[in-house]
Amino acid sequence: MTEKRIVIEPVVGEEEASWEERLRSFPWWFLAMIFIAIGVFFVVSTNESYNAAFNFIKAGLTITIKTTLIAYVIALGFGLLAGLGRISKNVFFNNLARLYVELIRGIPILVLIFFIALVGVPSLVNGLNAIGEWLNNAGIAFLSKPFTAITNQDVSMNARAIIALAFTYGAYLAEIFRAGIQSIGKGQMEAARSLGMSYGQAMRHIILPQAIRNVLPALGNDFVAMVKDSSLVSVLAVRDITQVARLYAGSTFRFREAYVTLAVMYLTMTVILSLIVQTVERRLRSND
Amino acid sequence: MTNSDNIIVVQDLFKYFGEVKALDGVSLEVGRGKVVVIVGPSGSGKSTLLRCINHLEKPTQGDIWIDGEKLTHNIKTINAIRAEIGMVFQLFNLFPHLTAIENVTLAQTVVRNRSKEEAEHIAMEKLKRVGIPEKAAVYPSNLSGGQQQRVAIARALAMGPKIMLFDEPTSALDPEMIKEVLDVMLDLASEGMTMVCVTHEMGFARSAADEVIFMDFGKIVEHTTPEGLFNNPQEDRTKLFLSQILQH
Repeated sequence: MTEKRIVIEPVVGEEEASWEERLRSFPWWFLAMIFIAIGVFFVVSTNESYNAAFNFIKAGLTITIKTTLIAYVIALGFGLLAGLGRISKNVFFNNLARLYVELIRGIPILVLIFFIALVGVPSLVNGLNAIGEWLNNAGIAFLSKPFTAITNQDVSMNARAIIALAFTYGAYLAEIFRAGIQSIGKGQMEAARSLGMSYGQAMRHIILPQAIRNVLPALGNDFVAMVKDSSLVSVLAVRDITQVARLYAGSTFRFREAYVTLAVMYLTMTVILSLIVQTVERRLRSND
Repeated sequence: MTNSDNIIVVQDLFKYFGEVKALDGVSLEVGRGKVVVIVGPSGSGKSTLLRCINHLEKPTQGDIWIDGEKLTHNIKTINAIRAEIGMVFQLFNLFPHLTAIENVTLAQTVVRNRSKEEAEHIAMEKLKRVGIPEKAAVYPSNLSGGQQQRVAIARALAMGPKIMLFDEPTSALDPEMIKEVLDVMLDLASEGMTMVCVTHEMGFARSAADEVIFMDFGKIVEHTTPEGLFNNPQEDRTKLFLSQILQH
């Protein structure tokens, strides 16, 4: 036994050193977060007042998830178009995309949500109605139908919130797409074009598949950010978890219960999503 | 233009990159089935000339006819003409997100509207021709440089081009891989493919070229046969260049 110990001593020493290293690099913050989460879940499930708060607030979960998902998908579309515009040699599209990105990124998201929902959307609807009226007066009534059919009352605050979030995030995603496309070497486009592909075909089959793969982690991070920023739509009285939590706090005066529960709900969503993003990122890197 | 035997006609080509004059009034005719090798010091405009022929670079001035059709800025005709001109790059430029066979089939289906089965059949044929059918399912990152370049050649050949352009195809290869690529090129030359090759492989120029062009400072200095260039160069600049590269 003693002999054996002598033989393995250096190995133990090495292990101890690596243990120290391991302890140092261990994600303690994550452990702490799990403990907090477990503690909070315990409290929420056992403490009646937290339990009541959670049961009330969870009614807003569908709206939060739906708003984020729909807005993000639309934002991906806006972002891709604007990103392509940013690298386009066409002066009009290039400047239009640049204007969009610079305008949006220069204004706080909260202000943009107010502006788009309460100024932008009504102006757009009024404009459409005006076109419809003009068509009606011009004697082409059947064409005016789709323009006059929509009124400001038809566009719910939920829809406006989604439009506002999508339009805002589109500008941020545009920069991600632009960076992704520009990260692909010039030779790829040249090789595709030399085979007779059009610019669009080369983009679709050669450049974008590689670019999107490269920016997948960044897109994921922005999705996580959007989950958090979706709380801003509560200013439009959209009944997401933030708004419902405010209502609960306001009517019961249980501020602590309401906002602790709310914070934990966001944290749970973002931590899970971040872990998924990190896993995807690691997979992509190991595939390279 | 009038002589239909000339598949490439270049007339008075000028190309400026800002202030830099890359091509300085180049005129050139390449006969059908001929192998033309362009040599010259770096920066002499060889690659630029090649890239103008399939319009990857827009000439500042001058005209190019491919098989009797004039190259204009009309993008539809450019795409159609490019499909007839295969190009092989120094850095291979394979599509890294596609396997070898997908690299060879993609443009066939997208540009030539071939069915997937037909495209794959042709792709396998071309991969066999360049000697690596067993690598069909492999991604470029798992291929050696020589293998990548051969897939790139197969990719260009699968389009059924009338002309093949080679832009220093062996310059980025380790010495032991140069031969496998040159062998494929020699094969192509012997089968009567029209080829324009920018290369530093003088052995290839000697054995495969019908004509050799020496370029310097954007101009064609000498346009002659391989024997003429290597054994009896006329211009001082040609002699100097040859003495520098053939010394060792």
